[in-house]
Amino acid sequence: MWKRDEAVKPTSGQSTPPGSAFQSQPASTSAPSPEARQQSGRDVVNIGKSVVIKGELNGSEDLTIEGQVEGKIELKDHVLTIGANGKIKAHVFAKSLIVLGEVNGNVTASEKVEIRDGGSVDGDIISPRVAIAEGAHFRGSVDMQRKSGQPVQGQQPRPATQPAPQAQTAVQIAQPVAR
Amino acid sequence: MAFSDLFARLRKDEDDADAGADSPAQPTKVLARFLAGLGTRQQPVLLDLGPVVGSNVTFFGEEVGCKILVEDLSKDIDRHVSQAKVGDLPAFFDTRFPQESESIDGILCWDIFDYLERAAAERLSRQLTRVLRPDGVLLAFFSTADPRSAIRPSYTRHVVIDRDHLRYRPYKAARAKQRPLLNRDIQRLLEPLRITENVLLKTNLREVLFRKPAAASVAPSAAPQADR
Repeated sequence: MWKRDEAVKPTSGQSTPPGSAFQSQPASTSAPSPEARQQSGRDVVNIGKSVVIKGELNGSEDLTIEGQVEGKIELKDHVLTIGANGKIKAHVFAKSLIVLGEVNGNVTASEKVEIRDGGSVDGDIISPRVAIAEGAHFRGSVDMQRKSGQPVQGQQPRPATQPAPQAQTAVQIAQPVAR
Repeated sequence: MAFSDLFARLRKDEDDADAGADSPAQPTKVLARFLAGLGTRQQPVLLDLGPVVGSNVTFFGEEVGCKILVEDLSKDIDRHVSQAKVGDLPAFFDTRFPQESESIDGILCWDIFDYLERAAAERLSRQLTRVLRPDGVLLAFFSTADPRSAIRPSYTRHVVIDRDHLRYRPYKAARAKQRPLLNRDIQRLLEPLRITENVLLKTNLREVLFRKPAAASVAPSAAPQADR
């Protein structure tokens, strides 16, 4: 398990409003209680709905976003969940993506993309499995054949968003601290 | 029972009726031909103009091996109706499709033409014939019934069960179907595409399969900017 107060380190230009915090992390505590860890069952990080991140988000554990992210999200070996309040304007790379909120940008998943009722994706999806629930919104293309990460020949990827410059803000989700 | 509960129950009943989950499977004579017409390309590109249906994405993506582009035109029509800008639809269609010319192997129009007036239908068909590659196929359904018989306007989700069966799932629309097109109007509407199958079902639905002749290829031009 890792120290949640060190989980996200904005280097510069962080647009996170003052007072915002990750959902699972009270501002006054330095690390989650053992009970909280046990309750979660596995490593899942929540980004609260008041958090706004512009830049690149990398991680090595499952992540739930209820806030706003603009730029690029890479969770190549983990599950990314966009909560009902989450608003993403980013290129997303993940093992699996579950969308209950809004995603505006291209998505590449090595296992599965799931857009649930009320979820919305505007962008192109590359994933071997795609599940779109009734009541979900989707606009874009679905490519279930190509291996993830390979570019589409003769076709430019749709510039769904204007990604924020990486140098401006580089937000990294740190590796779990070894116990 | 409180009024709020009563209204909530009524609303739920309406929603259930919209979903049409238990509607019977309807035979389709043309879908199998459409799929065969996609040819032997390794990954044909399919343009779906209907609302997104998860099981269709799975069917076309996994079973048929297509790359699917979803462009739900019913939402565009509803938006224009709600903004009282139906007259802008023809011009809207001119810039609606960002796809390059002759880049699509198959187009699923479903019954979208039923909801368009002549001018808008013509502009839409012009764009569809532009993006369809030579020898590509286009599937469209045309109602032959009087649209005034409908109690309330509805679109239809066409859920693919298998190559020979569909399930129609109606849902609420802001616009009713327009006057049905005659056979010759359908033929002219999508020229230079050629009709290869034309089947009138017992449900008063006409299933039509078009193919773009190789000689009718449009000179490639830069796709207009999409209004995204």
